[in-house]
This record gives sequence, C-alpha cells and structure tokens, in this order.
Amino acid sequence: MREGKTEVIRRAREILDNYRGKEIRIMEVCGTYTHEIFRQGIRRILPPSIRLISGPGCPVCVTPVDYIDEAVCLALEHGATICTFGDLVRVPGSGRSLMDARGQGARIRVVYAPQDAAAYARNHGDEQVVFLSVGFETTTPSVCLAVQEAEAEGLVNFSILTANKTMPAAYEAMRGSTDAFLYPGHVHAITGTAVCEELAARGTSGVVAGFTARELLTALAVIVKRTEEGSPFFENCYPRVVRPEGSPAARRLMDQMLEPCDARWRGIGILPDSGVKLREKYAAFDARVRFALPAMEGRENPACRCGEVLQGKCLPADCGVFGTGCTPEHPVGACMVSGEGACSAFYLYGG
Amino acid sequence: MQETVTLAHGAGGKQTSELIEKVFRAHFENPHFTPDDAAVLEVPAGKLAMSTDGFIVSPAFFPGGNIGKLSICGTVNDLACMGAQPLYMTCAFVVEEGFPMADLEKIAASMEETAAQAGVCIVAGDTKVAGKGQVDGVFITTTAVGRVLDGVQTGGALARPGDAVIVTGDIGRHGCTILLSRDDFGIEADVTSDCAPLWEAVKNALTAAPGIHVIRDATRGGVGTVLYEIAGQSRVGFSLEAQKIPVQESVRGVCGMLGLEPLYLACEGRLVIITAPEDKDTVLEALRKSPHTEGAVCIGTVTADHPGRVILNTEIGAQTILPQPGNELLPRIC
Repeated sequence: MREGKTEVIRRAREILDNYRGKEIRIMEVCGTYTHEIFRQGIRRILPPSIRLISGPGCPVCVTPVDYIDEAVCLALEHGATICTFGDLVRVPGSGRSLMDARGQGARIRVVYAPQDAAAYARNHGDEQVVFLSVGFETTTPSVCLAVQEAEAEGLVNFSILTANKTMPAAYEAMRGSTDAFLYPGHVHAITGTAVCEELAARGTSGVVAGFTARELLTALAVIVKRTEEGSPFFENCYPRVVRPEGSPAARRLMDQMLEPCDARWRGIGILPDSGVKLREKYAAFDARVRFALPAMEGRENPACRCGEVLQGKCLPADCGVFGTGCTPEHPVGACMVSGEGACSAFYLYGG
Repeated sequence: MQETVTLAHGAGGKQTSELIEKVFRAHFENPHFTPDDAAVLEVPAGKLAMSTDGFIVSPAFFPGGNIGKLSICGTVNDLACMGAQPLYMTCAFVVEEGFPMADLEKIAASMEETAAQAGVCIVAGDTKVAGKGQVDGVFITTTAVGRVLDGVQTGGALARPGDAVIVTGDIGRHGCTILLSRDDFGIEADVTSDCAPLWEAVKNALTAAPGIHVIRDATRGGVGTVLYEIAGQSRVGFSLEAQKIPVQESVRGVCGMLGLEPLYLACEGRLVIITAPEDKDTVLEALRKSPHTEGAVCIGTVTADHPGRVILNTEIGAQTILPQPGNELLPRIC
C-alpha cells in the first residue's frame, strides 16, 4: 500500500518536473486546497510555467463587507446573540468587526455547526439567536437541516443571516482567468459533476481533486497531461468521494428550502443567481425579514486588494499592506483572516 | 466529612485541619511531610534545580489523567529537562466553594500515585477556598527542587548544527484530549492524554549519553513552539522529515477535521531531545527501554541554514516552512 502511494507520487512528479510546454494557469477554487498546497510545499516543486491561482474558494474570503455590517447591526442595534464560525469574528466590516462589537457588549458565540446555534437558541429562550450562514454547497445542506429542525420544534428565537453561495456562477465569472480549474471536491460531492462536464463542452477545462498530497499532485499531473493533448477536458480525480450524480438527497433538501438570488462576492461584485436565500415559506427564519434589516452599503478598506487576489489578478505580496499593515494578528482583508485565505497562506508559509 | 468543600474548610479552623488530615495527609504522608510552618530538609551536594508551575486545566478530569497527576508531571518534567532528579515538592490548592470532596480526594490520590512514580516527596502544602465563581473548580500550583546529575548541562541555547532531533513518542495527544473533552465539537475519538512523569527516562538517557545538548518538554504550544524557541535561543534552523513525526491516527484525524497542526498541540509526557549525531542511537536505545518513552524516534536535524526557521520535508519531496506559532492556542490546557 505504502509503496503504491510512493509510486503514484513519483510518477506525478515526473510528469510535472518534466513539463516544458506553454504556461498553464490553474485556479484552485477551494480554500482547503490552497492551504494544503502550501502545507505540502507543492508550489515550490512546480516548474515556473505551471502557475497556481488561489480563486474565490474560501467562504469567509468572498463574504462581502456589508454582510459583516448586517451582523454587527443585529448584534448591537437589535441585541441579537450571534452564533458564527470562528473565522468570521475577525473579518473587518465597514467600521467594526464582530470582535469589536463584542468589545462593545455584543453577544458573539463561536459554534462549529449550525445545529449548535439551534441548540443554543433552544436553551436560551430569552435571547434572539442568529446564525451567520456562510458557505458553499458543502455546508448549506446542514444549515437547511438546522432550520428544518427548528421549524419542527417550533423554535421562535432562531433565525439565519444567509450569505450562502453557489459555485457555478463563480466558475462562469472566473473562466477567463484560468486555463484549468481545480474544482472543489467537497462541493461536487454534493452537486455532482454535470456542471464541470458542461463547462468542458464550452471550452473550459478542469479536474475534481482530493485533498491529500498524493491526490493533489495526481490532479495537477492530469491537468498537465490533458492540456498537452490539446482539447478541453474534465476529469474526476476524486472518484472515491465524488460521484457524477453527487448527492441527490442534499440537493432536494436545498431546492425545497432555498431559492436562487443575486449575491455579492467580495472583490468580484454582484453575480446573478450566485447565492441562495430561504424561500417565502421559511421567512420566519430569515433574519433579514425578522429584524427588517435595511439594505447596507459596505465600504471596503481601499488599501486592501483581496478582490484582485481572489481573481488571481495579483499576488498577496503585490498588495501594499500585505505583511505590514495587514497580518493575521491585525487583518485588513478577509483573505488574511481565514486560515484558508490566500493572503494568510502566503504570509504563514512564505511565497 | 462534608460532601463538598465549604469556605470554612479554608478558614484555618477545625474544618481546615480535618480537610488536611483526611484528604491531603492521608495521601501525601511521608517522613518529610511537615506539620509545621515549613519543611526542613537536607541539601544534597552539587547543583539544585528549582521550578514552579500553576495548573488550571479545564476540565479537571480528562481521559488519561486529571489536574492532580498533571500538576506533578508538569513540574517534575521541568526539572528533568535540566537533568535534575526531583527530590522535594510543595503544592498549593485553590478550591472553589462547593467543589465535590470526592473529586478532591481523587485528585489527591492521583498526586500520591504520580509522585511515587516520579520519586518526589511532597513536603508542604497549602489550601485556600475561594467563593463560588471566583475560581473554576480547583487550581493547583506545585514547586519542586531537584539535584542536577553531575556533569550534565542542558539548555535551549546549546543546539548545534548537525545535532539529531528526537521526540520521545507520538505527539499532540494531551491537547487533542482536552479539546475533545470540552465537547464543543461533537467529535468523539479514542484519544487519551500522554501525561506522564519522565525523570526515569531522562535519567536513563543521560546516563547513557551525559552530553545531551537540549531537553525540553513540549507542553503548551507543542513540539513546534519548542523548536522555534530553541531555534531562536541557539540561532540555528531545523530540518524535519514530516513523515517521521509520530502522530496517532485518531489525533491526525481530529486535526484534519479541525484544521489543526499536530506539531502545535500540547503534550504533557513528551520531550524534545537534541543531541550530537554520534550519541543519537545511544539515546534512542536508552529511551526505548524506559517507561513512557518507548516510542522515541529521530524526526530531523539541526541546521546552520535558515536560522530561526523550522523546515519540513514533505512526502512529495518538497520543502515547506512550518508556520510560526500562531495566536490561537487553546486556553487552559494545563
């Protein structure tokens, strides 16, 4: 078994090391890939003609400033208890982060799953609890389950602030910036691979990859091989987890409870039908409805170039505040906050 | 005796005496344990090492140990790192009003057992009771003195390029255990703390190779933090073989799920030992025959290149930097 693994790595390296062709830009659309690529030192072994771009694949990084402003408003103006994944707490809003709000008396609780937020609401009947629902198709089904359970037991003090996004619109927006996508394995375990096949038919190549060093290296070697062959391609390099049909049950659940909406992506802008929100039937669990939140106009820090980093238009080091005004301890942009963000990875591991 | 600790137990009167007699003296009794204001002890010849440490771990009971066992191991292991045989120890308790007497009893029993294993005598103690909510359960501070083995000199500034880097067993179990016992994650895994007293193993290693350069216990911040500290003190770099770093499968699994680096998880029974290359095999052999260090392995070398940095050679044949210790270390793990 061990020998098999070493052999796979050796063969993939041979293909990558010997590549002398034209430049290939590969966009990894998943924060976990970004992190793992750095952790394994993969960037350091690639020839200069293979360029990795960290795309908009980290949910915290693509969450826009006005979303943080909404959460801060819920916490401070409406006195709601905010339950959130830890990463979001330190993302700067237009004025304040949730951490700043906590300093001003807001109740901010870090949770690890939407179910934890619902459970907290159940045990704290006198508080209004809002779960900050960010994420792609990977995490969205579990949010649906939490809302479904909350409805079943008649929880009246639980709602969610949605910023859930769907990947296909991002692929469309990024098509021109890359020669091949490293499609996010866990997203496609839910959605299946039809969208990737369809993009290949329209000329955009890509592979779905796994997350170990061996799987990532194999996926990159496949991209190189298939690019050399010439025609646009799609290949599933993560078949042990990703099936062509994905998870129909999870998709049914999402269809039942959510509907598409336009969504703002940090640095990219509004992409039509790239997000989801709760359907009318579940409006009682929609924090924007429950608290009649006004529309907010977020102001990003003009020095921050996260938007361009997310599109592969510049490297973190090209940003004027990277590593000086913006560090993991004092982040200016979201890409420096999240452990999956490109800026944080470049900062921690060196470019 | 009452079932919980009350403020009266800390007031110095009859109930205080009862607590000391029935809980502490019952477990700590030895010829040096003083009924007076201070223990009077014979001073051995040679150099003394002395160390103190406070313990506030939450939860106080966890798989593989409890705050009592930890409070002995932590301090005697600090002495062991300087090549010192632990001799005498004091312990100070701050107990929260309402703390179950049976739990205090269990903690004391566990301290008795661990002190015996470590070969240290508890010679004096103190108990204070704080009002409900003023401390969380029980906090313990221990102080110990030990005698440094003749001819031994260890220290964080003594690592030299070419030296071998040894860890004495699989890493990260204590940090992982505490993380899971807090039940925040809904993850269950079969992990127990590595908490253990290590003097016996250190003595055997130093007897076999008295010239060992550095010994550190990889507690808060784990092996990674210890290596960065040594890199700074000795102005050297480290080159580690990622695949040789021993991590239990379940710990690796939890780290994968939570995005944690095992090198930054705390251990309470693991040492980082740095020694000249010619002593490497002798040290490994001595450790592998000693209690709690059977899993000792060499994970890399000290380098003159890239001073101040820890480099990992990964399974794909690439080099990567171990990120500097971060700011999100778990609080209250020891």
